[in-house]
Order: sequence, then C-alpha cells, then structure tokens
Amino acid sequence: MKILAAMSGGVDSAVAAARAVEAGHEVVGVHLALSRMPGTLRTGSRGCCTVEDSMDAQRAANKIGIPFYVWDFSERFKQDVVDDFIAEYSAGRTPNPCMRCNERIKFAALLEKALALGFDALCTGHYASVEKDAEGNLELHRSLAMTKDQSYVLGVLTEEQLKHSYFPIGKAANKDDIRKEAKDRELSVANKPDSYDICFIPEGDTRDWLSDKIELKPGSIVDSNGVELGKHDGALGYTVGQRKGLKIGAPAKDRQPRYVLEIRPKENVVVVGPEQALTISEISGEKFSWCGKAPENSSDWLEAEVQVRAHGESHPCKLRVTNGQMVIRPNMPIRGISPGQTAVVYLGSRVLGQTTIDKTVSAVLEQV
Amino acid sequence: MAWVEETRLKDMPVYLDHAATSPIRPSVLAHYSKALEQVGNPASVHSFGQSSRQMLEEARETIAASIGCDRNEVIFTSGGTESDNLAVKGLYWQRHGQDRNRTLIVTSSAEHAAVLDAVNWLVTEQGAEAHFVSMNDDGVLDLAELAEVLEKRSDQIALITLMWANNEIGVVHPIQKITELARAYEIPVHSDAIAALGHIPVNFAASGLSAMTITGHKVGSPVGVGALILARSEKLTPVFHGGGQERNLRSGTPDAAAASAMALAVKEAVGEQAELEALHAILSVKLVSGVREVAPEVKFSSEHAPRLANNVHFRFPGCLGDSLLYLMDVNGVSISTGSACSAGVSSPSHVVLSLGANSDEAMGTMRITFGHNSTEADVDAFLEVFPKAYEGAKKAGLTRR
Repeated sequence: MKILAAMSGGVDSAVAAARAVEAGHEVVGVHLALSRMPGTLRTGSRGCCTVEDSMDAQRAANKIGIPFYVWDFSERFKQDVVDDFIAEYSAGRTPNPCMRCNERIKFAALLEKALALGFDALCTGHYASVEKDAEGNLELHRSLAMTKDQSYVLGVLTEEQLKHSYFPIGKAANKDDIRKEAKDRELSVANKPDSYDICFIPEGDTRDWLSDKIELKPGSIVDSNGVELGKHDGALGYTVGQRKGLKIGAPAKDRQPRYVLEIRPKENVVVVGPEQALTISEISGEKFSWCGKAPENSSDWLEAEVQVRAHGESHPCKLRVTNGQMVIRPNMPIRGISPGQTAVVYLGSRVLGQTTIDKTVSAVLEQV
Repeated sequence: MAWVEETRLKDMPVYLDHAATSPIRPSVLAHYSKALEQVGNPASVHSFGQSSRQMLEEARETIAASIGCDRNEVIFTSGGTESDNLAVKGLYWQRHGQDRNRTLIVTSSAEHAAVLDAVNWLVTEQGAEAHFVSMNDDGVLDLAELAEVLEKRSDQIALITLMWANNEIGVVHPIQKITELARAYEIPVHSDAIAALGHIPVNFAASGLSAMTITGHKVGSPVGVGALILARSEKLTPVFHGGGQERNLRSGTPDAAAASAMALAVKEAVGEQAELEALHAILSVKLVSGVREVAPEVKFSSEHAPRLANNVHFRFPGCLGDSLLYLMDVNGVSISTGSACSAGVSSPSHVVLSLGANSDEAMGTMRITFGHNSTEADVDAFLEVFPKAYEGAKKAGLTRR
C-alpha cells in the first residue's frame, strides 16, 4: 500500500513509520505545521508544533529512508481546533482539543488530502488497534499498553476513517518497548519526553491562555440554592469538578471542600457544592458517532462501558439513542463530568462510539 | 499512483530551483579544492600569508572586473544575508549617527527577508521608520510615489533599499531610475542584486548604487561566501567588531579559497549571462505555454513587467503549492513554492501577498528557476510530470473546506 505517515517529531510516530516501511509499504512522511508562528525549541511537555519537532520528524524520516514534507494545516487547525476550543469555553463547556484535532484535522483534512494525492492510508503512532470481526467489519480496540491506550481520543473515527487508518504500534505492550525499538533503529527521538499538555497552550495554563481571548468579567460564586459564597474574576475557564483556586471566604457548614458543579456563562455565575453533588447518573449528547459498525438496534438499552476522559477508568453503563441523542446511564453514578467533554463507549476492548456531552443529570439533585 | 512507477523520471531527478541555490560549477569545484590547499591567513606577514593574500586580492579584482566596480569596493562576507544586514543596518547607523533626523528607511514589502527583517528590527528596536513603496499587481514599483516621498521627506531619509530583481516572482526593478531620483538628495541606495547577477547585466558603476549585495552560491560557487559592494565614497557602521580585515567594515579572517571560488563563478556567470538569458527565455516560453495548455486558469506572475528570463512564477487558483510540490518532487522534478520558512513549511508568501493576492491564492504558488546547467530536457521532464501532478493537487485542493 501507499502510506502517508503523520510524523509529529515524537518517538511513537517515528517507530510507526519505520514499521510501515518494514511491512513493505511505500511510505512518505509528513509533518503537520499547525501554527503559523512556531516556536524554535520545544518547551515543557508539549510534543509538537515547534521547529525542533519538525526537524526531529525530518531526521527520523531521513534515518528511516523515506521522503518527507511539511504540510501547512495551521489555518484549518486554528478554525477547527483552537477557535472551537475558545468557543466551547465561552459557552461554559470543557472541550477536548485532541479529539477535535483527530476528528477534523488528522483523520479528516489530512486523510482527505492523502487520499486525493493517491495514498491508501494514513499511518500514525497511536496506541490502539484496528481489527476485523468475524464478518470482516472493522473495529477499533484498546491498546495492550493500558497506560498508553489512546483508543479514547480515536473514538471519533467512523467506519470510513478506520478503513484508511493504520496504527503500526497499536499492538505494542508498552511504551518502553517502543523506546527500545527506536534506540535500536538509531532514531534520535528515542529518549524524547512524552507529551501531555495541549499543544497550542505554551505554559500549560489554560485559564491564563484564555484570559486575553475571551472576556472575563467578575461575578458570583453561588451554591445550588443561589446563595452567594464568593466572587470570581471570570466564570469561563473554570472546569466542572475543579476544587482549587475557588477563593471562597467562609468554609462550608459541613467543613467539606467545595467543587465547581456548573458554569452558567449567560449569568456569569459559577455554581459550587459538595463533592457528592458532582456525581452524575445520566449523560447525553446529540453529536454522537459510531466507531465502525453501528449496533443493530440502538434505540434499545445496550450494556456497555463508558469512559469520560483520556486516561480515566471505564464504568459499566447502559446506552441507547433516543430523540437524536445518545443517552448514557452509568450503573453507578460517576463524578466530575462537564458538558463539552467526550464520552467514549466500549464493548469490552472495542470502541463502540462516542458523543460530545451536552447534558448531565446530577445523581444527588435527581434524588431531591 | 501507478504513474509514479511508470514515469521514466523517477531515477533522474530534475533540479529547477536555482534561485534557492545553484549546483557548484565543475570548474569552480576543481578550482576550489585546489585553493583549499593554500595555507596562510591573508593578514599574516610571512610568505604563506602573502600567498593567501594574493589569492584573496585576485578574487577581489576578478569580481570587480565582472561587475564594474573598483577592487576596493568589494567587501567579502559570509553571504547575502550578512551583506544585506551590513548594508541596511550599517548605512542606517552611519546616516542616523550623523544626523538624528534621518530615521526613515525607504523599501518595499516584497524585499528578501534579509532586508525586510533587518528593516523591521531597526523599526522595532532602534526607532527607525519604514516607508514601503507601493507596487502594482505585477510587482512594479510606483516610482512617482518614490519621487514624492523623496521630495517631501528627503531630510529624514537614512537610506533606500530596493532589490534589483525579485527572487520569488522575478520582476526586475529599474535600479538606475531609482538612483537617479535619489541622487539629487544625496541619499544612498542599496540594492540586493542576488537574483539579478548572472541573469541580467549588472554593472555597479553604471547603476549609481551606493551599495549592492551579491552572493556566490546562486551562480555556482560554494555556499557561505558573498560580498557587499560598497562605493569608495560611502561609509557605514560595522555590524561585526574585530580585526577590521575587510576595509575596516567587516571583521573576521577572510576565506580566501571561497572568495577565489566565488570570483571564478561570478566571472563565468557574467561571461555567459547573455547566452544563458537567451536560452532561459526560450525555456520559459515553452514551460509557460505548456502549463497554460493544462491549466488555462493559471496566473503567470509579473507577466506584464520587465522580468528575469530564468524565473517562472505561477499562481494556481484552487490548489495548494505544497500538494503540487509533493507530486512533482516524488516524480523527480524539484521545484519550489517560492517561499520557505525555517520549519520547511510553505506559508503564504509575503511577496505574493504584497501583490494584492488573497491568502488562498498565495498558497497555490509554484516557482521554477533555471540556472547554468538547465536544459530543454529539464523543461520536457517538467511538462511530462506536470499534468498529472496538477490534476492530483487540484483534487487535493478541493478537499479544503
């Protein structure tokens, strides 16, 4: 096959590209320029987007012996990921920009371009594997390297996208093996640190980064009865489940810490409450998709598992589609879910689908 | 992509990016490797030093004779970027130092980054002000506007810096007319002549310039050696401080062997300039008409302006330059999108944007530049690969939302 290998400049995508070559494919490496004003050197725990990362990717491609190009997706990235991130926070939601990037850039804009230019598939260094069921339907599965498993951020992929996705390190047992392999292949990125932070936020401080992009106005912090407990200097930028940095003067009557339960952007109000009020018994969203073949009758309740953050646990749940929404009911209430986040549902190790969360139902308030 | 395998070009790469750098001339390579055997610092008094000095001074004389200047006007540097910095900053500091009112630099927004960034640095860090002379859609400078600025603000102008020919779109500027306008006000004019040298007649004395940048590797010398041609009468403040080797204006041990190699390359390039210009004109016409047959909607930049024969610059609506470059390159034809940043990404070109093109149009660019070893077979190879590459790039271009 003719494979386009997306190379971030990190160790995973470099090893993935090398394995693609070894598997006998014709491989071309490409680095995505996602910023018009890339920094010179990598800082902190970001893993791409600087000139250093681009050069690392090029060095790896040279070493592997494949042609290499840099393609500019900065405009698309700004519109589809960065502006979306700002808009979501402005609406009081907590977005996941890495999922947006996979959904709209890597496996959309880049994949479309690759297919148009004559490639058969896109290769990335994600830890997840594409497999076939007995009938030959494509399925996305968790990586064996559970601590690195990235099936969550790939939950947005559709059957059509899976068809053209190639994850050569998806079956790796752990990251150390990949690093060792990179070293054996004499790739200079073998010891490059892992990336964690959002790539376009330089210091990893989301609130500070947002401060000059969305208008932050001082307002009230209230409890669920609407009683003012303190002031904030801008409701946007808070995250549901956040405990630190609330600056509430008087302690709660029960002496228990308080958490952000809800952000109301229109009223510029942050609602706080005790930890137990964070527990959620139902989540739903209208922007959902199936990863591979859709369940036969999705309007019936289906036993599955749900995961609500990239490296979070998965929780047994029931789900169904009703009124154009995916509705997910965890068997036991789960805590710390914010609208804007993505719920990815699994059947065992298989990714079944996902939805961006629009609404949550509090387990506690429901009982009231 | 079966056609990749089918094409006969795959193992015979064609190089059509001479404006980025040109292959070293075989004669220059032989001369250079011999010259590298010469031991001695040209500043040393002993016989070794004297031999190196002789090599350096002969190089200076060869270049002077090739481009019509006095031997003492040739200041060897590390290349074009250094020469541009030395001219722009050096002349600004000199003139501003003499007269604090002289803060204005007259330039254009289509200059090479080595000029533009030096000007921008003087503006943001040193209190300078820049006036960018307007251009029409073909990149032709508005000389009436230049005359007006000179008339109104001549006592504030530190220098004028305008390139002889544009490295990206190939438009040639009327340097003599520009220096004639400036002469009455005794304002020094610097010109980056890198893209012009070897492709059109370049004569420093006749140009009326105060300073002119040239470099070796665009005409077939090794990379890393260039010169600033500075009129005997002109003074400037050095950028580097040290031993003052080159006319007390550029410090650092001169690279005699590289200077000697550059001198031979310049001499050969100037010697064959008329012949190459005629050949390149034929190649350009063939290439442009071949491309137009396939892509009638293409825009040929600076078509109606005086332009370099070795440069063809296209703007393709609805397709991305990087897709085109990729498809040409994997099929063995190396061209350029016309601008490259340090990360190797093709961002919209500041030159094309300054012609009034929108950013989409500025993304669909392709630059083909011929040099001393270009042949008609290169154009044939280009035209063989182009139709399918264009078709593919157009298809990929449409995937943008």
